[in-house]
Amino acid sequence: MSSVVVGTEKVKRGMAEMQKGGVIMDVINAEQAKIAEAAGASAVMALERVPFDIRQAGGVARMADPRIVEEVMKAVSIPVMAKARIGHIVEARILEAMGVDYIDESEVLTPADEVFHLNKREYTVPFVCGAKDLGEALRRIGEGASMIRTKGEPGTGNIVEAVRHQRLIQAQIRKIRGMSREELMTEAKNLQAPYELVLQIHETGKLPVVNFAAGGVATPADAALMMELGSDGVFVGSGIFKSDSPEKFARAIVQATTHYKDYKLIGELSKDLGPAMKGIEISSLDDSQRMQDRGW
Amino acid sequence: MMKIGVLSLQGAVSEHMHGIEQAGAQAVEIKRVEQLQEIEGIIIPGGESTTIGHLMRLYGFVEALRDFSAQGKPVFGTCAGLIVIAGEIEGQEQKHLQLMDIIVRRNAFGRQVDSFEVDLTFKGIDQSVKGVFIRAPLISSVGPDVEVLAIHHEQIVAARQGHLLVTSFHPELTDDFQLHNYFVKMVEEMRGKSIQHHV
Repeated sequence: MSSVVVGTEKVKRGMAEMQKGGVIMDVINAEQAKIAEAAGASAVMALERVPFDIRQAGGVARMADPRIVEEVMKAVSIPVMAKARIGHIVEARILEAMGVDYIDESEVLTPADEVFHLNKREYTVPFVCGAKDLGEALRRIGEGASMIRTKGEPGTGNIVEAVRHQRLIQAQIRKIRGMSREELMTEAKNLQAPYELVLQIHETGKLPVVNFAAGGVATPADAALMMELGSDGVFVGSGIFKSDSPEKFARAIVQATTHYKDYKLIGELSKDLGPAMKGIEISSLDDSQRMQDRGW
Repeated sequence: MMKIGVLSLQGAVSEHMHGIEQAGAQAVEIKRVEQLQEIEGIIIPGGESTTIGHLMRLYGFVEALRDFSAQGKPVFGTCAGLIVIAGEIEGQEQKHLQLMDIIVRRNAFGRQVDSFEVDLTFKGIDQSVKGVFIRAPLISSVGPDVEVLAIHHEQIVAARQGHLLVTSFHPELTDDFQLHNYFVKMVEEMRGKSIQHHV
């Protein structure tokens, strides 16, 4: 009989493949987790505060109270993700020991290390990380991230940054695809990305891991837009439980993600939803409030 | 050319599309019930069974896929697809298609940190098959018409009942297309049978 192996690249990346076409929703308690699951979320992210409230609260944002994570894990049968601070080895190990299904090494929390991200290859649990461009995505994959998401600008309800990041990543992939072999090492140098991954993109024309949209998704149309731009699925943070009718928003965003090209349906889904979360104009943010500039 | 669909509501659709093409058939992404008329067999992919089930109910796929199966057209479910096809789900009221006479246990091997890879012996396939298990279900009991095809640690992880095929694991995540070849053959066989019925 052959041996059983856990924590392989295939099972870690494969877990993200199973999320494709899905919506991963931020929740702060068991009740919200159940609403998300019933609305068709493919996973939930257990948090102490959604990004919008993290902005309002100020101060240092850390891993959620393990009690909240545990409560959410007990409440639903879909996968549960949780956030650890960038570079915080112990928060990540705690979440892994609790049996969380995926860890987001996230710029939404205050970084614990301004120089080094986690060596995610060492963990059995898979990681998702944010990226603003292809170089950043490939550095995270080089460290062992099994899933990538745009950083966007979390907690703003403003899709503009996620659009910028996804468009840039897709354009950079197309550029590498069309290059000659001689050009690839220089491109790797310019992107500050591992050469082997640049070569892989040249050959396959896509990232080696699933690539979701995150940071600013507030409406069904926003979710569909991110799918249109080549995202494999969508994270919705503050957009659902900071809206006036979370259940309706959750259901509508799930359907708009599946049928992102069915504009008539998305139009129907968008009727009478009530106010979306109140958004924030990006230019009104101080540099210190820009979460996307955390990490490198 | 034989057309095989992949139910494309949520989950690992593109991998199965690739697998079908590698097995020499044409793959079709199925998002609407009307599209079922153009295909001879369908794969229900891995993903989240609660999400796929929810969307199937919303868009009328429960009735449509029951009709599809009643015509003897083959259905192949992997992981979440297995849960969706099962007659019964342990500890869960909500059932989905209830096509196959099996009872399934969700997340039977634990959470994601317990997900694993292993080589399996698969009845009807000469070489071993790479099994990638991700928060995988298992088949806790089978009815008299169900043939067990693969076992891991004394647990049933693949089975067939006539035109229905299920695996707990994800053949679509490997470069090994033996299971897709197996399913394409099933569709060919059933094609012969359904023609005989009509004549």
